[in-house]
Amino acid sequence: MSTGLLPRTGAFPAFGTVALGILAVLGLLLTDWAAFVFTVALAKSLIVLGIILLMRAGLVSFGQGLYVAASAYAAAFASRLWGITDAFVLLVLGVAVSVVLAVLVGPIVSRYREIFFAMLTMAVSMVLYGFLLKAYSITGGTDGIGMREPTLLGMVVSGIAARRAYYYLSLLVAAVAVYGAHRLDHSPLGYMVRSIRDNDIRLEYLGVSVRQVIFSTYVLAAALAGCGGVLTAFALGHITPDLANWTASGEYVFIALFAGSGNVFAPVVGSIVYQFLQTYAAKYWPYTWHIAMGAAMLLIILFMPEGLWGIYERITAWRAGKEATVVARGAATDGRVGDA
Amino acid sequence: MAELIAIIAVDGLVYASWLFLVALGLTLIYGVLRILNMAHGSFYALGAYTAASLITMHFARGYPEAQSYLWLLVAAVLVGLLVGVPMERFIVRWGYGRNDVLQLLMTFAVFLILEDLIKLIWGVQAYYAFQPFALLGNIQVGTVFYPMYYLLLLGAAVGAGVLVWYLVNRTSFGKLVIAVIQDQSMALAMGIDVTRIRLVTFVLGTALAALGGALTAPLISVQPGLGVEVIVLAFAVVVTGGLGSLEGAAVGAALVGLARAAAVHLLPEAELFVIYMIMAMVLFVRPRGLFGRTEVRRI
Repeated sequence: MSTGLLPRTGAFPAFGTVALGILAVLGLLLTDWAAFVFTVALAKSLIVLGIILLMRAGLVSFGQGLYVAASAYAAAFASRLWGITDAFVLLVLGVAVSVVLAVLVGPIVSRYREIFFAMLTMAVSMVLYGFLLKAYSITGGTDGIGMREPTLLGMVVSGIAARRAYYYLSLLVAAVAVYGAHRLDHSPLGYMVRSIRDNDIRLEYLGVSVRQVIFSTYVLAAALAGCGGVLTAFALGHITPDLANWTASGEYVFIALFAGSGNVFAPVVGSIVYQFLQTYAAKYWPYTWHIAMGAAMLLIILFMPEGLWGIYERITAWRAGKEATVVARGAATDGRVGDA
Repeated sequence: MAELIAIIAVDGLVYASWLFLVALGLTLIYGVLRILNMAHGSFYALGAYTAASLITMHFARGYPEAQSYLWLLVAAVLVGLLVGVPMERFIVRWGYGRNDVLQLLMTFAVFLILEDLIKLIWGVQAYYAFQPFALLGNIQVGTVFYPMYYLLLLGAAVGAGVLVWYLVNRTSFGKLVIAVIQDQSMALAMGIDVTRIRLVTFVLGTALAALGGALTAPLISVQPGLGVEVIVLAFAVVVTGGLGSLEGAAVGAALVGLARAAAVHLLPEAELFVIYMIMAMVLFVRPRGLFGRTEVRRI
């Protein structure tokens, strides 16, 4: 298959296929609460995947909460007001709302880089947060609103069966998204995104509109966050404005850093590990787990810029010997938010 | 109608002075260190908690009432020294010369740590330190009574603004600061102690945030979650005015303050919306903010 046109990594990595298979089997074995944690983690992994796509262009969005909340509320309203209950319809609707929003916001934010991009995306998401909070006659304010139980292609799922259904739905969407992101990685757009981080001005000289590339990536990331938002709403059954708050967006950035942006599958692994760590940390240290999170973040930034995925790569490189070390290093520095 | 406009103007001015106090430190730190400090909101919260504790202690021991105002300043200095110094020396320093976004994430990590540290020290209950507010009484403006404390807030904001402006533009220390802002390597080559200037600026910025918190403490119930909102507001102000610009912070604060006051009186649902709307509008016309300078990029 490797004809030289695409790098060897062009095939969907065996790791991804195996891991998705394991997750599919796990769905039958997990206890109910663990299935819930996995579902939330899978939903988050979609949002994180979007952040990682942007990170490859050297951009960090601190406002993905905007699309998470917008799509989640859209799904909730659609199910409550218009009685739309089909999960797939709601999913498409949520993503559509996210994409429309991103098309409106995108032209403004795609003019900015670095912290300006980070803070602008954050500010835009805070506009929605403010609206959701203040317009309590519509949105229920801080109380949030409940979600009707969705149906799957006409089948009514409820109770314990619903947990499994949401799990597999999230897994399916995540698998499609990860595969799509993998294909994107090796498409012209993927290459352009990565070259923005290296030198966006040179890219302009080559005749590529950097703003156009950033805009497309931003809309894609928003669509992914939209998927994540609707799936989160399904899993939680109740949504609050906090989804749009900047601390929620910060959490996604943290997971992205934690997971590492070297591989499209990293967000899934990272989100699951993170969600379990967080669940236990919140149980045993309810008031201090942010300290651990913050300290971990500092350590990752200072000493482990490739994230969790970097560890995996180092292990495989160590096992495969010297030649692989070179490849892994190249791949690892490829997508991370590195030093300018 | 005229009365409503007057009320909006006064409310807006009060809110603007509060915003300016917080934004001043943020823009100062960005101007000199080129770091957008997300932990700024935590400094604000720390200032509020410290002041609340000190004032409560002061009145519990029955010390003279008028002296309680001193603690507002003491709280700011304490936070500046006890939090600002270690943070610059042990954390922020690692980020110098690295990617902007990495620096942002580092300060975000510090924000997370400080948020829980505050809960560890002060617990999750609310603190009240209303005495300095109540002591000053009210002043009648037209038909409306305003707390005198608002005047103190306004005075503190103007005072802090003038002080920082004087420090940067009229003292020899300020000359060194400007040299560091313009070209750090050249400043270093000329024998300027860049490390010290950065430290002093960071501590000053921290103390200003804490002062903003300390001055707010008598107005509110001091409880967890205080710092989360502040940082986004301060950021909106600073970006509207132009990152790193003192004049920008003042004009940005006035704009945002007045707009918010107008929204609160005319259309309460839009309170938060209006703030970011102004920011978006300003950035649409001037991408670097009102007073922001366009930077020459090195390729």
